[in-house]
Amino acid sequence: MTDRTPQLIACHECDLLQRDIQLNPGCYASCRRCGAVLYRNATDSVDRTLAYTLAACMVFLGANLFPIFAIEVQGGRSAITLFGAVLSLWEQGMRSVSTLVLITAILIPALELASLTYLLLPLKLGKVPPRYPLFMRTLQCIEPWGMVEVLMLGVLVSLVKLTNNFRVIPGMALWSFAVLTLLLAAAATAFNARDVWAQLDGKRRDLESK
Amino acid sequence: MSAADSPIAAGRGLCSCHVCQLVSRSTGTSRAQHCPRCGARLHLRRPGSVQRCWALVIASYILYVPANMLVMMETGSLINYRKDTIVSGVVHLWRTGSWMIAVIVFVASVAIPLLKLFSLTLLLISVQRKSTWHPQQRTRLFRLVEAVGRWSMLDIYVVTLLAALVQLGSLAIVKAGPAAIAFGAVVVLTMLATMEFDPRLIWDPLQKEEFHD
Repeated sequence: MTDRTPQLIACHECDLLQRDIQLNPGCYASCRRCGAVLYRNATDSVDRTLAYTLAACMVFLGANLFPIFAIEVQGGRSAITLFGAVLSLWEQGMRSVSTLVLITAILIPALELASLTYLLLPLKLGKVPPRYPLFMRTLQCIEPWGMVEVLMLGVLVSLVKLTNNFRVIPGMALWSFAVLTLLLAAAATAFNARDVWAQLDGKRRDLESK
Repeated sequence: MSAADSPIAAGRGLCSCHVCQLVSRSTGTSRAQHCPRCGARLHLRRPGSVQRCWALVIASYILYVPANMLVMMETGSLINYRKDTIVSGVVHLWRTGSWMIAVIVFVASVAIPLLKLFSLTLLLISVQRKSTWHPQQRTRLFRLVEAVGRWSMLDIYVVTLLAALVQLGSLAIVKAGPAAIAFGAVVVLTMLATMEFDPRLIWDPLQKEEFHD
């Protein structure tokens, strides 16, 4: 973290103007009127977020390529992947619901991981990714719609419901989703948008002055 | 805390970007202003926040009725066949001894949507009446609504997974019912309503000036 001149910050929840102060690593600043978290000083924010993101990318592939679980019916075995479930719902005529699941459980997490990698990997290598404000905005805009942790709970609930009637065999993707949930939560905690903005702006200014 | 020692950004002609939090000077003209850093449109307050939020909340209330009256999931095997709404599904889970799952599904599909709708209604009414009643508590309520909103999607995922899996076997069928569409819409609309609501409106009545944008 470079030393910054103290600047003003307005609380996003109550609009109180406050002065931005340097924080010790691991601390956070909260609004003195409404208590909202204004910003944090996450330790090694870029490094950690990038590490979690890259790991999450690999696990994400596993979570989508392998079956979540299989059931044994009449000696045969039927397994589903997440995308298979989305397709099957589409064929049953529930198109809106199927699209909703596709977006919140597959597309948004994929876009989130791709944007994070696109922003942080060049930053780590000392470069500035082109059009980075667009990606920072996308990231902020899609954040509430990625619901991998809710899907994970959904998988567990279905698992329990199924075990009442069937023999259920957990698949690779089940474990992948569990790990993915943890990695995404870790990446979200480590990510510090304020810091990334400051670093990207600083790098761009350096490059422009050269 | 008096107004003198709590300076408000909007009161000083400053505007905080909703994307990158950069504070920049508001020109005060009617021309659209963009954040110098990230290019997002700048507003002192979210434009039409209360009206849009009301529209979305009312739409959610309306859709909440079919979401609970219609069939969420049809399950059938050789021995029994049942059609469950959200609530009867929870009751069935409770009766068959899956208390934990019954409680989880109840919280996600019944408690959270109602909490969201009632809380947003309360917040909207209080903001429209320019109430100065416990702004900190109301901000906390808003934060809670924002945090738990997504968990209502649980039932949608469960129905998706079960319907896909059991469709493959011939002995039993599980079908998603029309309530799933209405319920999915309720979840999406209430999440949009929460995003539309500008929590700074809760604090504005404490100030003498009025801020529009």
